[in-house]
Amino acid sequence: MMQSTTNKNLVFSNILTMTHRNLLKTLHNPDNFSDVIMQPVIFTLLFGYLFGGVIAGSVHAYLPMLVSGILVQSILNAASGSGQQLREDINAGVFDRFKTLPISPIVPLAGQLVGDIFRLLISGAMALITAFFMGWRPTVGLPALITVLLLAIFIGWSTSWIFALVGLIAKNAELIGSLSMVIILVMTFLSNAFIPTKTLPKFIQTLVKINPVSLTISAIRTILRTGQWSGNATAVFISGGIIILIFMPLTVFVYQRRR
Amino acid sequence: MNHDNIVQVRNIEKHFGDKIAVQGVSFAIKQGEIFGLLGPNGAGKTTILKMITTLLRQDAGKILLNGFDTLAQSRFARQQFSVTGQTAAIDEDLSARENLMIFGKLNGLTGAAARNRATELLTDFDLLHSADQTLATFSGGMRRRLDLAVSLIGKPAILFLDEPTTGLDPRTRTQMWQAIQKLVAQGSTVLLTTQYLEEADHLADRIALIDHGRMIAIGTPSQLKQQVGGLRLRLEVADLKQVTKAQTIIQDVLAASVHVDERTLTALLDDSGMSVVSQILNQLQTAGIAMNNFAVETPSLDDVFLKMTVGKN
Ligand SMILES: Nc1ncnc2c1ncn2[C@@H]1O[C@H](COP(=O)(O)OP(=O)(O)OP(=O)(O)O)[C@@H](O)[C@H]1O
Ligand SMILES: [Mg+2]
Repeated sequence: MMQSTTNKNLVFSNILTMTHRNLLKTLHNPDNFSDVIMQPVIFTLLFGYLFGGVIAGSVHAYLPMLVSGILVQSILNAASGSGQQLREDINAGVFDRFKTLPISPIVPLAGQLVGDIFRLLISGAMALITAFFMGWRPTVGLPALITVLLLAIFIGWSTSWIFALVGLIAKNAELIGSLSMVIILVMTFLSNAFIPTKTLPKFIQTLVKINPVSLTISAIRTILRTGQWSGNATAVFISGGIIILIFMPLTVFVYQRRR
Repeated sequence: MNHDNIVQVRNIEKHFGDKIAVQGVSFAIKQGEIFGLLGPNGAGKTTILKMITTLLRQDAGKILLNGFDTLAQSRFARQQFSVTGQTAAIDEDLSARENLMIFGKLNGLTGAAARNRATELLTDFDLLHSADQTLATFSGGMRRRLDLAVSLIGKPAILFLDEPTTGLDPRTRTQMWQAIQKLVAQGSTVLLTTQYLEEADHLADRIALIDHGRMIAIGTPSQLKQQVGGLRLRLEVADLKQVTKAQTIIQDVLAASVHVDERTLTALLDDSGMSVVSQILNQLQTAGIAMNNFAVETPSLDDVFLKMTVGKN
């Protein structure tokens, strides 16, 4: 009994150490961070000024729709960084040293992923802030805004476990980077992120409807419109939990497998 | 179980696809020993080390570290050692001190203890002045020293080093040797791999020669040399044009082959002793061949290696 509690404390403090390491790495090397800041800014500006008039009549009228789309897109982009960073770390050889330490195999992975919450937070916040500077004014209170941000971060964090798994399996960090970018682009454009779906062909509409990105965006839009948590949001939350339950152990398994 | 043998490797084997990288390798290392794995590129040294350090799973055979099986009891086995791999395993984006602190804490030290131990190691390895810079400014030798220092932060009972001095200048290499010897004096056991016969000769209490994934010999440096036997003649001819003439003279006297490397000639002497040496000297003088250098040496591990692997490469 005693043994297992001390072990748990050890795992916890080891994860803290590892998270600290990842934050230090990011702080020493802010370049790693630039994409997470730039992407939401550039996409909000581009989409807002280019398509605002066409899609919603004006930039201002488009922003309430755009903000949730950009939020989810940026969060997914930030999440994909987990896989790439993990692979870069492994290729640099440091992970071999972690593997020979008498620590739980969850520690190096969790350290990376917990550190990544910071990236998710920054990218989500940047999406909201940029929209705000372009004239978007939320009609709901601060608690609802925070809820939206937390939900987005949670979804981002759960998908970052999928990207981490990809990072462990694929050998080439650049390949992971460009592949994730393509997947995220397809997933977000084939969703309700940037456009009203009514005008789409039936076949595409079906794709858009079953796209998990659309479901997440709808849930976020509902909260931003009504200030209320919805059944849709609960479903999204539970899906995130299920992703973590499946992919966390799977990722740890692949990580500690020896060939 | 023999507790004197802190590392036991029994008949391990490793395939990569069709390729057999390691086969039938067995050895045991006693507490406090420096054991050398010596072999050329691609011999299988790193593969052996990765199996011992739980990074690779052997296809056959058994490895015990302080009695703990690396497959069945990997957590306990990992508590016995630390390893410095062939390529540096340090964080480029962190400072030397941060690298040490993080691995100190992961090794179970408290923050304060990790800080003290980090300073101790930075001092020992002559890195204190650059302790808080990022590694971008570090030379190869500094990286290598930091890499070793990180391995020592938890005061491991066994230390595995994969080619710890490859690419280092002679001064840094000597520093590294001293650091390793100091560790052993403090009670650690060391297994190192090297391509340098001189290094194994200088450092190791016992050596295993590895070639094409197999262990071709094991013993103390002097035991291995005895297997080659005899003394070795080495001389350097002053005039490059006279090398062939000198070679013929020595060959005739010894009735054995002479190895030529530019101006330097080497040959193994048999048991007949020193009389042949004066005979050679006389004949070279008569022929008017001037020499820069002349020596009778005990054989080096180079000779051992050449003899053992003859015809196999
Ligand atoms: N992951 C791998 N996949 C396929 N072959 C491998 C792998 N790792 C090593 N090998 C092969 O196994 C053999 C032994 O390699 P190893 O790295 O153990 O040699 P080494 O003695 O450490 O050489 P060096 O002195 O160059 O470091 C080589 O022929 C190598 O090509
Ligand atoms: Mg090697």
